[in-house]
Amino acid sequence: MSASEVLSRPSPLPLYDSAAPRSWALEEARALWKYRGLVHELVVRDIKVRYKRSVLGIAWTMLAPLLNMVALTLVFSTILKQQIANYPVFFMTGAIFWAFFSQTTSTAASQTQDSNEIAKRIYIPRSVFVASAIGVGLVNLALSIVPLLIILMVTHFPIYTTWFFLPVAVAIETLFAAGVGLWLFTFASRFSDVREMYVVIVQTWFFLTPIVYHPAIVPPKFRFALWLNPVYYLVQTFRKPVYDGVLPSVALVAVSSALSLVVFVSGWIYFAKRAERFAFHS
Amino acid sequence: MTAPAILLDKVSVRYRIPRERIGSLKEYAIRRLKRRLYFDEFEALKEVSLEVPGGETVGVIGRNGAGKSTLLRLIARVMPPTAGRVLVRGRTAPLLELGLGFHGELTGRENVMLQGALLGFSRREMRRRTPRIVEWAELEEFIDAPVRTYSTGMAARLAFSVATDVEPDILLVDEALAVGDERFQMKCHARIEDFHRAGKTVFLVSHALAAVRENCRRAIWIHEGRLVRDGDSASVTELYHGWSVGDPVALPQAL
Repeated sequence: MSASEVLSRPSPLPLYDSAAPRSWALEEARALWKYRGLVHELVVRDIKVRYKRSVLGIAWTMLAPLLNMVALTLVFSTILKQQIANYPVFFMTGAIFWAFFSQTTSTAASQTQDSNEIAKRIYIPRSVFVASAIGVGLVNLALSIVPLLIILMVTHFPIYTTWFFLPVAVAIETLFAAGVGLWLFTFASRFSDVREMYVVIVQTWFFLTPIVYHPAIVPPKFRFALWLNPVYYLVQTFRKPVYDGVLPSVALVAVSSALSLVVFVSGWIYFAKRAERFAFHS
Repeated sequence: MTAPAILLDKVSVRYRIPRERIGSLKEYAIRRLKRRLYFDEFEALKEVSLEVPGGETVGVIGRNGAGKSTLLRLIARVMPPTAGRVLVRGRTAPLLELGLGFHGELTGRENVMLQGALLGFSRREMRRRTPRIVEWAELEEFIDAPVRTYSTGMAARLAFSVATDVEPDILLVDEALAVGDERFQMKCHARIEDFHRAGKTVFLVSHALAAVRENCRRAIWIHEGRLVRDGDSASVTELYHGWSVGDPVALPQAL
Protein backbone atom coordinates (compact mmCIF):
# COMPACT_ATOMS: atom_id res chain seq x y z
CA MET A 1 0.00 0.00 0.00
CA SER A 2 1.52 3.29 -1.05
CA ALA A 3 0.33 6.85 -0.70
CA SER A 4 -0.78 7.00 -4.31
CA GLU A 5 -2.71 3.77 -3.87
CA VAL A 6 -4.63 5.15 -0.92
CA LEU A 7 -5.28 8.38 -2.76
CA SER A 8 -6.43 6.82 -6.01
CA ARG A 9 -8.77 4.32 -4.43
CA PRO A 10 -12.25 5.79 -4.63
CA SER A 11 -13.98 5.87 -1.28
CA PRO A 12 -16.90 7.66 0.31
CA LEU A 13 -14.92 7.97 3.52
CA PRO A 14 -13.22 11.26 4.32
CA LEU A 15 -9.49 11.47 3.76
CA TYR A 16 -6.92 13.28 5.84
CA ASP A 17 -3.65 13.92 4.06
CA SER A 18 -1.06 15.76 6.11
CA ALA A 19 0.86 16.66 2.96
CA ALA A 20 -2.06 18.17 1.06
CA PRO A 21 -1.69 21.84 0.28
CA ARG A 22 -4.41 23.81 1.99
CA SER A 23 -5.92 27.16 2.54
CA TRP A 24 -5.80 27.62 6.28
CA ALA A 25 -8.28 30.43 6.63
CA LEU A 26 -10.91 28.71 4.51
CA GLU A 27 -10.41 25.33 6.12
CA GLU A 28 -10.79 26.76 9.61
CA ALA A 29 -13.99 28.50 8.56
CA ARG A 30 -15.41 25.29 7.12
CA ALA A 31 -14.45 23.35 10.24
CA LEU A 32 -16.00 25.95 12.50
CA TRP A 33 -19.24 25.70 10.58
CA LYS A 34 -19.19 21.93 10.88
CA TYR A 35 -18.64 22.19 14.63
CA ARG A 36 -21.27 24.87 15.25
CA GLY A 37 -23.09 22.35 17.44
CA LEU A 38 -20.06 22.30 19.71
CA VAL A 39 -20.10 26.08 19.98
CA HIS A 40 -23.70 25.83 21.06
CA GLU A 41 -22.87 23.16 23.66
CA LEU A 42 -19.96 25.16 25.04
CA VAL A 43 -22.09 28.28 25.41
CA VAL A 44 -24.83 26.32 27.16
CA ARG A 45 -22.28 24.59 29.37
CA ASP A 46 -20.71 27.86 30.40
CA ILE A 47 -23.99 29.48 31.31
CA LYS A 48 -25.39 26.42 33.07
CA VAL A 49 -22.24 25.80 35.08
CA ARG A 50 -21.97 29.40 36.11
CA TYR A 51 -25.45 29.54 37.59
CA LYS A 52 -26.08 25.99 38.64
CA ARG A 53 -25.27 26.36 42.30
CA SER A 54 -26.04 30.00 42.81
CA VAL A 55 -29.08 31.34 44.58
CA LEU A 56 -29.76 34.34 42.41
CA GLY A 57 -28.72 32.48 39.28
CA ILE A 58 -29.01 34.37 36.06
CA ALA A 59 -30.02 37.53 37.95
CA TRP A 60 -26.36 38.16 38.71
CA THR A 61 -25.74 39.14 35.13
CA MET A 62 -28.33 41.84 35.51
CA LEU A 63 -27.51 42.85 39.05
CA ALA A 64 -23.81 43.53 38.53
CA PRO A 65 -24.20 46.40 36.03
CA LEU A 66 -26.98 47.91 38.16
CA LEU A 67 -24.81 48.03 41.26
CA ASN A 68 -21.93 49.46 39.25
CA MET A 69 -24.22 52.03 37.81
CA VAL A 70 -25.45 53.18 41.21
CA ALA A 71 -21.90 53.52 42.55
CA LEU A 72 -20.61 55.39 39.52
CA THR A 73 -23.62 57.64 39.30
CA LEU A 74 -22.99 58.68 42.87
CA VAL A 75 -19.32 59.31 42.18
CA PHE A 76 -19.76 61.19 38.96
CA SER A 77 -22.86 63.24 39.59
CA THR A 78 -22.33 64.19 43.20
CA ILE A 79 -18.59 64.20 43.78
CA LEU A 80 -17.15 65.13 40.40
CA LYS A 81 -20.19 67.18 39.45
CA GLN A 82 -19.88 66.09 35.88
CA GLN A 83 -22.65 67.57 33.75
CA ILE A 84 -24.12 64.69 31.83
CA ALA A 85 -27.84 64.64 31.38
CA ASN A 86 -29.31 61.44 32.72
CA TYR A 87 -26.02 59.92 33.71
CA PRO A 88 -27.43 56.48 34.67
CA VAL A 89 -28.53 55.86 31.08
CA PHE A 90 -25.30 57.27 29.69
CA PHE A 91 -23.27 55.00 31.90
CA MET A 92 -25.39 51.89 31.41
CA THR A 93 -25.12 51.97 27.63
CA GLY A 94 -21.36 52.35 27.87
CA ALA A 95 -21.09 49.70 30.57
CA ILE A 96 -23.08 47.13 28.60
CA PHE A 97 -20.91 47.79 25.60
CA TRP A 98 -17.71 47.49 27.59
CA ALA A 99 -18.75 44.39 29.55
CA PHE A 100 -19.28 42.54 26.29
CA PHE A 101 -15.96 43.60 24.83
CA SER A 102 -13.83 42.98 27.92
CA GLN A 103 -15.54 39.71 28.86
CA THR A 104 -15.26 38.09 25.47
CA THR A 105 -11.68 39.13 24.78
CA SER A 106 -10.48 38.22 28.29
CA THR A 107 -12.13 34.82 28.00
CA ALA A 108 -10.44 34.25 24.65
CA ALA A 109 -7.09 35.16 26.19
CA SER A 110 -7.50 32.83 29.15
CA GLN A 111 -9.04 29.86 27.43
CA THR A 112 -5.96 28.40 25.81
CA GLN A 113 -4.99 26.16 28.70
CA ASP A 114 -8.43 24.70 29.10
CA SER A 115 -8.84 24.19 25.39
CA ASN A 116 -5.44 22.55 25.01
CA GLU A 117 -6.47 19.80 27.39
CA ILE A 118 -9.18 18.82 24.97
CA ALA A 119 -7.68 19.79 21.64
CA LYS A 120 -4.47 17.93 22.34
CA ARG A 121 -6.30 14.63 22.14
CA ILE A 122 -9.07 15.19 19.69
CA TYR A 123 -9.35 17.19 16.54
CA ILE A 124 -11.55 20.22 16.92
CA PRO A 125 -11.14 23.56 15.21
CA ARG A 126 -9.92 25.78 18.02
CA SER A 127 -11.87 28.74 16.74
CA VAL A 128 -14.84 27.12 18.51
CA PHE A 129 -13.38 28.43 21.76
CA VAL A 130 -13.28 32.02 20.55
CA ALA A 131 -16.73 31.59 19.02
CA SER A 132 -18.15 30.25 22.27
CA ALA A 133 -16.65 33.19 24.20
CA ILE A 134 -18.50 35.46 21.80
CA GLY A 135 -21.68 33.42 22.20
CA VAL A 136 -21.60 33.66 25.98
CA GLY A 137 -20.93 37.40 25.68
CA LEU A 138 -23.94 37.87 23.42
CA VAL A 139 -26.22 36.03 25.83
CA ASN A 140 -25.02 38.23 28.68
CA LEU A 141 -25.43 41.31 26.53
CA ALA A 142 -29.01 40.39 25.75
CA LEU A 143 -29.68 39.82 29.46
CA SER A 144 -28.19 43.15 30.45
CA ILE A 145 -30.74 44.91 28.25
CA VAL A 146 -33.19 44.18 31.07
CA PRO A 147 -31.55 46.41 33.70
CA LEU A 148 -31.09 49.05 31.02
CA LEU A 149 -34.82 49.03 30.35
CA ILE A 150 -35.48 49.24 34.07
CA ILE A 151 -33.29 52.33 34.29
CA LEU A 152 -35.02 53.86 31.28
CA MET A 153 -38.38 53.38 32.92
CA VAL A 154 -37.32 54.59 36.35
CA THR A 155 -35.73 57.77 34.94
CA HIS A 156 -38.55 58.32 32.41
CA PHE A 157 -36.05 58.20 29.60
CA PRO A 158 -37.60 57.71 26.16
CA ILE A 159 -36.98 54.57 24.13
CA TYR A 160 -36.03 56.05 20.79
CA THR A 161 -36.98 54.51 17.48
CA THR A 162 -33.27 54.54 16.70
CA TRP A 163 -32.99 51.46 18.92
CA PHE A 164 -33.54 49.47 15.75
CA PHE A 165 -29.95 50.27 14.85
CA LEU A 166 -28.63 48.50 17.95
CA PRO A 167 -28.29 45.05 16.33
CA VAL A 168 -26.04 46.58 13.67
CA ALA A 169 -23.89 48.22 16.35
CA VAL A 170 -23.70 44.91 18.20
CA ALA A 171 -22.72 43.11 15.00
CA ILE A 172 -19.87 45.57 14.40
CA GLU A 173 -18.69 45.21 17.98
CA THR A 174 -18.92 41.42 17.77
CA LEU A 175 -16.67 41.42 14.74
CA PHE A 176 -14.13 43.58 16.52
CA ALA A 177 -14.21 41.57 19.75
CA ALA A 178 -13.83 38.33 17.79
CA GLY A 179 -10.82 39.74 15.95
CA VAL A 180 -9.12 40.86 19.16
CA GLY A 181 -10.04 37.51 20.72
CA LEU A 182 -8.41 35.59 17.87
CA TRP A 183 -5.19 37.59 18.18
CA LEU A 184 -5.12 37.10 21.94
CA PHE A 185 -5.87 33.38 21.74
CA THR A 186 -3.05 32.86 19.27
CA PHE A 187 -0.55 34.82 21.38
CA ALA A 188 -1.70 33.19 24.59
CA SER A 189 -1.16 29.72 23.16
CA ARG A 190 2.54 30.53 22.94
CA PHE A 191 3.12 32.77 25.89
CA SER A 192 1.61 32.11 29.26
CA ASP A 193 1.81 35.71 30.46
CA VAL A 194 -0.53 37.10 27.82
CA ARG A 195 -3.50 36.48 30.06
CA GLU A 196 -2.07 38.48 32.97
CA MET A 197 -0.83 41.18 30.65
CA TYR A 198 -4.23 41.56 29.09
CA VAL A 199 -5.90 42.06 32.48
CA VAL A 200 -3.79 45.18 32.92
CA ILE A 201 -4.31 46.32 29.35
CA VAL A 202 -8.07 46.01 29.60
CA GLN A 203 -8.15 48.07 32.78
CA THR A 204 -6.13 50.86 31.24
CA TRP A 205 -8.11 50.67 28.04
CA PHE A 206 -11.32 51.11 30.00
CA PHE A 207 -10.21 54.47 31.34
CA LEU A 208 -8.89 55.61 27.98
CA THR A 209 -12.31 54.98 26.47
CA PRO A 210 -15.22 57.31 27.20
CA ILE A 211 -17.36 54.82 29.09
CA VAL A 212 -17.80 56.58 32.43
CA TYR A 213 -17.03 60.07 31.17
CA HIS A 214 -18.24 62.07 28.21
CA PRO A 215 -15.77 62.44 25.32
CA ALA A 216 -16.44 66.20 25.40
CA ILE A 217 -14.57 66.59 28.70
CA VAL A 218 -11.32 65.42 27.13
CA PRO A 219 -9.12 68.51 26.63
CA PRO A 220 -8.48 69.27 22.93
CA LYS A 221 -4.78 68.53 23.17
CA PHE A 222 -5.54 64.96 24.29
CA ARG A 223 -8.28 64.31 21.75
CA PHE A 224 -5.85 62.44 19.53
CA ALA A 225 -5.83 59.70 22.17
CA LEU A 226 -9.52 59.17 21.51
CA TRP A 227 -9.09 59.19 17.78
CA LEU A 228 -6.35 56.57 17.99
CA ASN A 229 -8.53 54.33 20.11
CA PRO A 230 -10.61 52.02 17.90
CA VAL A 231 -13.02 51.25 20.72
CA TYR A 232 -13.94 54.96 20.87
CA TYR A 233 -15.66 54.74 17.48
CA LEU A 234 -17.38 51.52 18.47
CA VAL A 235 -18.79 52.82 21.73
CA GLN A 236 -20.08 55.93 19.97
CA THR A 237 -21.78 53.77 17.37
CA PHE A 238 -23.36 51.76 20.14
CA ARG A 239 -24.40 54.63 22.38
CA LYS A 240 -25.86 57.13 19.95
CA PRO A 241 -29.03 55.26 19.02
CA VAL A 242 -29.87 54.52 22.67
CA TYR A 243 -28.68 57.60 24.55
CA ASP A 244 -28.75 60.42 22.01
CA GLY A 245 -31.67 59.11 20.01
CA VAL A 246 -29.89 59.68 16.72
CA LEU A 247 -28.35 57.33 14.22
CA PRO A 248 -24.57 57.35 14.16
CA SER A 249 -23.23 59.24 11.15
CA VAL A 250 -22.31 57.36 8.00
CA ALA A 251 -18.67 58.28 8.56
CA LEU A 252 -18.73 56.89 12.08
CA VAL A 253 -20.34 53.63 11.00
CA ALA A 254 -17.89 53.36 8.12
CA VAL A 255 -14.87 53.87 10.37
CA SER A 256 -16.03 51.40 13.00
CA SER A 257 -17.00 48.77 10.44
CA ALA A 258 -13.72 49.12 8.58
CA LEU A 259 -11.68 48.86 11.79
CA SER A 260 -13.60 45.81 12.93
CA LEU A 261 -13.26 44.14 9.57
CA VAL A 262 -9.50 44.69 9.43
CA VAL A 263 -8.97 43.38 12.97
CA PHE A 264 -11.21 40.38 12.36
CA VAL A 265 -9.84 39.32 8.99
CA SER A 266 -6.21 39.71 10.05
CA GLY A 267 -6.96 37.89 13.31
CA TRP A 268 -8.68 35.06 11.48
CA ILE A 269 -5.84 34.57 9.00
CA TYR A 270 -3.16 34.68 11.67
CA PHE A 271 -5.11 32.34 13.92
CA ALA A 272 -5.81 29.83 11.16
CA LYS A 273 -2.17 29.84 10.06
CA ARG A 274 -0.94 29.11 13.56
CA ALA A 275 -3.76 26.75 14.49
CA GLU A 276 -1.93 23.59 13.49
CA ARG A 277 1.04 24.52 15.63
CA PHE A 278 -1.03 25.00 18.79
CA ALA A 279 -0.63 21.35 19.78
CA PHE A 280 3.16 21.77 19.91
CA HIS A 281 2.98 24.45 22.56
CA SER A 282 0.90 22.57 25.03
CA MET B 1 -12.54 -1.46 -1.38
CA THR B 2 -13.83 1.32 0.83
CA ALA B 3 -12.34 0.20 4.12
CA PRO B 4 -10.59 2.74 6.29
CA ALA B 5 -6.84 2.72 6.04
CA ILE B 6 -3.93 4.39 7.71
CA LEU B 7 -0.61 5.03 6.13
CA LEU B 8 2.38 6.62 7.81
CA ASP B 9 5.28 7.29 5.51
CA LYS B 10 8.60 7.99 7.27
CA VAL B 11 6.91 10.17 9.82
CA SER B 12 8.89 12.21 12.31
CA VAL B 13 7.65 14.55 14.99
CA ARG B 14 10.05 17.04 16.50
CA TYR B 15 9.26 19.27 19.40
CA ARG B 16 11.37 22.35 19.89
CA ILE B 17 12.02 22.81 23.55
CA PRO B 18 13.62 26.07 24.61
CA ARG B 19 16.82 25.25 26.46
CA GLU B 20 15.85 27.57 29.25
CA ARG B 21 12.18 27.51 29.76
CA ILE B 22 10.78 30.64 28.17
CA GLY B 23 7.11 30.90 28.82
CA SER B 24 6.70 34.59 28.81
CA LEU B 25 6.43 37.07 26.04
CA LYS B 26 8.73 39.53 27.73
CA GLU B 27 11.57 37.06 28.08
CA TYR B 28 11.04 35.86 24.55
CA ALA B 29 11.28 39.38 23.17
CA ILE B 30 14.45 40.13 25.10
CA ARG B 31 16.18 36.93 24.08
CA ARG B 32 15.09 37.36 20.50
CA LEU B 33 16.56 40.82 20.39
CA LYS B 34 19.78 39.59 21.90
CA ARG B 35 19.70 36.65 19.49
CA ARG B 36 20.11 34.28 22.32
CA LEU B 37 17.36 31.81 21.76
CA TYR B 38 18.50 28.23 21.99
CA PHE B 39 16.33 25.24 21.44
CA ASP B 40 16.75 21.60 22.12
CA GLU B 41 15.07 19.36 19.67
CA PHE B 42 13.23 16.40 20.95
CA GLU B 43 12.19 13.79 18.46
CA ALA B 44 9.08 12.07 19.68
CA LEU B 45 8.84 9.92 16.57
CA LYS B 46 11.65 9.04 14.20
CA GLU B 47 10.88 7.97 10.67
CA VAL B 48 8.03 5.72 11.57
CA SER B 49 6.42 3.93 8.67
CA LEU B 50 3.24 2.02 9.30
CA GLU B 51 0.48 0.57 7.25
CA VAL B 52 -2.85 -0.46 8.67
CA PRO B 53 -5.57 -1.69 6.35
CA GLY B 54 -9.19 -1.55 7.44
CA GLY B 55 -10.46 -4.03 9.97
CA GLU B 56 -7.32 -4.42 11.98
CA THR B 57 -7.02 -4.10 15.72
CA VAL B 58 -3.62 -2.81 16.62
CA GLY B 59 -2.15 -2.66 20.08
CA VAL B 60 0.50 -0.03 20.70
CA ILE B 61 3.00 -0.80 23.44
CA GLY B 62 6.17 0.80 24.75
CA ARG B 63 7.54 2.59 27.75
CA ASN B 64 6.26 5.91 29.04
CA GLY B 65 7.38 8.67 26.74
CA ALA B 66 8.19 6.30 23.88
CA GLY B 67 5.92 8.19 21.49
CA LYS B 68 2.72 6.15 21.66
CA SER B 69 0.42 9.06 22.35
CA THR B 70 2.13 11.17 19.71
CA LEU B 71 1.37 8.42 17.22
CA LEU B 72 -2.30 8.54 18.14
CA ARG B 73 -2.34 12.31 17.89
CA LEU B 74 -0.98 12.12 14.36
CA ILE B 75 -3.71 9.73 13.32
CA ALA B 76 -6.35 11.82 15.07
CA ARG B 77 -4.94 14.82 13.11
CA VAL B 78 -4.42 16.73 16.31
CA MET B 79 -0.89 17.56 15.24
CA PRO B 80 0.84 17.51 11.89
CA PRO B 81 4.06 15.53 11.34
CA THR B 82 7.29 17.53 11.21
CA ALA B 83 8.46 15.32 8.35
CA GLY B 84 6.88 12.55 6.38
CA ARG B 85 3.29 12.02 5.47
CA VAL B 86 0.18 10.83 7.23
CA LEU B 87 -2.79 9.53 5.31
CA VAL B 88 -5.95 8.56 7.11
CA ARG B 89 -8.97 7.28 5.25
CA GLY B 90 -12.05 7.34 7.42
CA ARG B 91 -13.44 9.15 10.39
CA THR B 92 -11.49 8.81 13.60
CA ALA B 93 -12.93 9.01 17.08
CA PRO B 94 -10.64 9.00 20.04
CA LEU B 95 -11.95 7.47 23.19
CA LEU B 96 -11.19 10.43 25.35
CA GLU B 97 -9.27 9.85 28.49
CA LEU B 98 -11.35 9.58 31.55
CA GLY B 99 -13.30 12.64 32.33
CA LEU B 100 -11.78 14.70 29.56
CA GLY B 101 -14.42 17.07 28.36
CA PHE B 102 -16.70 15.82 31.09
CA HIS B 103 -17.94 18.53 33.36
CA GLY B 104 -18.80 17.50 36.93
CA GLU B 105 -21.59 20.00 37.39
CA LEU B 106 -23.42 18.87 34.29
CA THR B 107 -25.62 15.80 34.23
CA GLY B 108 -24.72 12.62 32.41
CA ARG B 109 -27.19 13.48 29.67
CA GLU B 110 -25.76 16.97 29.23
CA ASN B 111 -22.27 15.50 29.11
CA VAL B 112 -23.31 13.05 26.40
CA MET B 113 -24.47 15.98 24.31
CA LEU B 114 -21.18 17.77 24.95
CA GLN B 115 -19.08 14.71 24.10
CA GLY B 116 -21.06 14.19 20.93
CA ALA B 117 -20.48 17.80 19.97
CA LEU B 118 -16.74 17.37 20.58
CA LEU B 119 -16.86 14.52 18.09
CA GLY B 120 -18.54 16.79 15.57
CA PHE B 121 -22.15 15.62 15.86
CA SER B 122 -25.23 17.78 15.72
CA ARG B 123 -27.60 18.12 18.64
CA ARG B 124 -30.39 16.35 16.83
CA GLU B 125 -28.14 13.41 15.99
CA MET B 126 -27.00 13.13 19.60
CA ARG B 127 -30.52 13.31 20.98
CA ARG B 128 -31.36 10.38 18.74
CA ARG B 129 -28.39 8.38 19.98
CA THR B 130 -28.62 9.20 23.67
CA PRO B 131 -31.07 6.42 24.73
CA ARG B 132 -28.85 3.74 23.19
CA ILE B 133 -25.72 5.24 24.72
CA VAL B 134 -27.30 5.31 28.16
CA GLU B 135 -28.57 1.78 27.79
CA TRP B 136 -25.18 0.38 26.87
CA ALA B 137 -23.54 2.21 29.75
CA GLU B 138 -26.25 0.88 32.08
CA LEU B 139 -26.75 4.30 33.61
CA GLU B 140 -30.49 4.80 33.12
CA GLU B 141 -31.05 5.66 36.77
CA PHE B 142 -28.22 8.14 37.05
CA ILE B 143 -28.23 9.86 33.70
CA ASP B 144 -29.86 13.02 35.02
CA ALA B 145 -27.55 13.32 38.02
CA PRO B 146 -24.43 15.49 37.86
CA VAL B 147 -21.37 13.56 36.74
CA ARG B 148 -19.46 14.59 39.86
CA THR B 149 -21.61 12.07 41.72
CA TYR B 150 -20.47 9.24 39.42
CA SER B 151 -17.85 6.68 40.32
CA THR B 152 -14.76 6.42 38.10
CA GLY B 153 -16.15 3.28 36.53
CA MET B 154 -19.50 4.88 35.74
CA ALA B 155 -17.82 7.81 34.03
CA ALA B 156 -15.62 5.43 32.03
CA ARG B 157 -18.64 3.44 30.91
CA LEU B 158 -20.37 6.55 29.72
CA ALA B 159 -17.27 7.78 27.87
CA PHE B 160 -16.72 4.45 26.14
CA SER B 161 -20.36 4.19 25.23
CA VAL B 162 -20.37 7.61 23.56
CA ALA B 163 -17.11 7.08 21.68
CA THR B 164 -18.16 3.75 20.25
CA ASP B 165 -21.80 4.54 19.57
CA VAL B 166 -20.93 7.26 17.10
CA GLU B 167 -19.58 4.59 14.74
CA PRO B 168 -16.17 5.91 13.82
CA ASP B 169 -14.20 4.15 11.12
CA ILE B 170 -11.12 4.28 13.28
CA LEU B 171 -11.33 4.08 17.06
CA LEU B 172 -8.39 5.33 19.08
CA VAL B 173 -8.25 4.08 22.65
CA ASP B 174 -5.60 5.49 24.93
CA GLU B 175 -5.39 3.74 28.30
CA ALA B 176 -9.02 3.97 29.17
CA LEU B 177 -10.30 0.46 29.63
CA ALA B 178 -8.29 -0.42 32.70
CA VAL B 179 -10.58 1.40 35.14
CA GLY B 180 -13.80 -0.54 34.71
CA ASP B 181 -14.94 -3.67 36.46
CA GLU B 182 -14.82 -7.09 34.82
CA ARG B 183 -18.26 -6.89 33.30
CA PHE B 184 -17.41 -3.55 31.72
CA GLN B 185 -14.13 -4.87 30.37
CA MET B 186 -15.90 -7.81 28.81
CA LYS B 187 -18.44 -5.54 27.19
CA CYS B 188 -15.65 -3.37 25.83
CA HIS B 189 -13.94 -6.43 24.47
CA ALA B 190 -17.13 -7.54 22.76
CA ARG B 191 -17.64 -4.13 21.25
CA ILE B 192 -14.10 -3.98 19.90
CA GLU B 193 -14.74 -7.40 18.37
CA ASP B 194 -17.86 -6.01 16.69
CA PHE B 195 -15.81 -3.18 15.31
CA HIS B 196 -13.30 -5.60 13.96
CA ARG B 197 -15.97 -7.65 12.27
CA ALA B 198 -17.51 -4.56 10.73
CA GLY B 199 -14.22 -3.87 8.99
CA LYS B 200 -13.24 -0.97 11.21
CA THR B 201 -9.86 -0.19 12.65
CA VAL B 202 -9.02 -0.02 16.32
CA PHE B 203 -5.87 1.35 17.94
CA LEU B 204 -5.34 0.45 21.56
CA VAL B 205 -2.56 2.04 23.55
CA SER B 206 -2.04 0.16 26.77
CA HIS B 207 0.42 -0.97 29.36
CA ALA B 208 -1.84 -3.88 30.18
CA LEU B 209 -0.32 -6.51 27.93
CA ALA B 210 -3.13 -8.93 28.64
CA ALA B 211 -5.63 -6.40 27.31
CA VAL B 212 -3.56 -5.95 24.18
CA ARG B 213 -3.38 -9.70 23.60
CA GLU B 214 -7.09 -10.08 24.21
CA ASN B 215 -8.29 -7.22 22.06
CA CYS B 216 -5.75 -7.02 19.26
CA ARG B 217 -4.41 -9.36 16.62
CA ARG B 218 -1.53 -7.11 15.81
CA ALA B 219 0.79 -5.16 18.05
CA ILE B 220 3.50 -2.62 17.47
CA TRP B 221 6.25 -1.74 19.90
CA ILE B 222 7.59 1.78 19.95
CA HIS B 223 10.87 2.49 21.65
CA GLU B 224 12.36 5.96 21.90
CA GLY B 225 10.37 7.16 18.94
CA ARG B 226 11.17 4.26 16.67
CA LEU B 227 9.03 1.39 15.58
CA VAL B 228 11.02 -1.62 16.75
CA ARG B 229 8.58 -4.50 16.41
CA ASP B 230 5.48 -5.08 14.36
CA GLY B 231 3.72 -8.41 14.33
CA ASP B 232 1.08 -10.59 15.92
CA SER B 233 0.21 -9.37 19.37
CA ALA B 234 1.16 -12.57 21.21
CA SER B 235 4.79 -12.58 20.11
CA VAL B 236 5.32 -8.79 20.27
CA THR B 237 3.92 -8.52 23.79
CA GLU B 238 6.02 -11.51 24.86
CA LEU B 239 9.20 -9.94 23.50
CA TYR B 240 8.33 -6.62 25.11
CA HIS B 241 7.61 -8.28 28.43
CA GLY B 242 10.92 -10.13 28.26
CA TRP B 243 12.77 -6.94 27.56
CA SER B 244 10.92 -5.09 30.34
CA VAL B 245 11.87 -7.61 33.01
CA GLY B 246 15.48 -7.39 31.88
CA ASP B 247 15.92 -10.42 29.69
CA PRO B 248 19.33 -10.24 28.12
CA VAL B 249 17.73 -10.05 24.71
CA ALA B 250 19.24 -7.11 22.90
CA LEU B 251 16.70 -4.49 21.92
CA PRO B 252 15.99 -5.05 18.28
CA GLN B 253 17.00 -2.40 15.76
CA ALA B 254 14.40 -0.17 14.26
CA LEU B 255 12.39 -1.74 11.51
